[in-house]
Amino acid sequence: MNTRREERRQAAIEKQIDENLRRVYEQDATQQIPDRFLQLLDKLREQE
Amino acid sequence: MTDRKAAQTARSDAHGDPRDELVEHLPALRAFALSLTREGASADDLVQDTIVKAWTHIDKFQPGTNLRAWLFTILRNTFYSARRKTRREVSDTDGIHAARQATRPEHDGRLALNDFRAAFDKLPDEQREALILVGASGFSYEEAAAMTGVAVGTVKSRANRGRRRLAELLHLEEGEEFEMTDRATLAVMAQNTPILR
Repeated sequence: MNTRREERRQAAIEKQIDENLRRVYEQDATQQIPDRFLQLLDKLREQE
Repeated sequence: MTDRKAAQTARSDAHGDPRDELVEHLPALRAFALSLTREGASADDLVQDTIVKAWTHIDKFQPGTNLRAWLFTILRNTFYSARRKTRREVSDTDGIHAARQATRPEHDGRLALNDFRAAFDKLPDEQREALILVGASGFSYEEAAAMTGVAVGTVKSRANRGRRRLAELLHLEEGEEFEMTDRATLAVMAQNTPILR
């Protein structure tokens, strides 16, 4: 009984961790792309 | 479209010049780079190197396969080979992410998320990487294993060790309430208490 409850608790913790991981990651991944990268891509394309 | 969704649709994108699609993956690449370097300037240098490598070696990309996974693989290989070259461990600076976040508004509940970042930044490279690949960016364990060149079981155990360590660092093991559970609660808290601590 107790082990099952412990397992459920572990699963809930894992879920919380993964939710927060996604939030951190998505916060970073929704930032505006710096111009330097777009300029770099333009430069690479021009060099073709 | 969420970034996670983009990672999934990226799998089926198989036509045209893959170089034209690079730009779509830059935000995810930056997020991955940040999780590895834990620091903005190094992350952007890493992304820049990755763009150049991907562009000049685009013939090595197999059309029809996952471009994002390919780019992530280049990025992590670049990160680790630069590390090996310098033989210099980047110091584990707890305040790095916090400093990067300092310019953002503090009244929207982001403080607790900073605690999560600070804890995450304390994990070893291999655990951060496993957690970002499977926990956050939506890759399967199999894909993450192929990208990192290890067995599927190794990715699983790294991710699980990382989760356990995070739970310890955030005191989740002690049954303490974890404040970052839902956005609605946070919004209410932010309205009522402009400064959370």
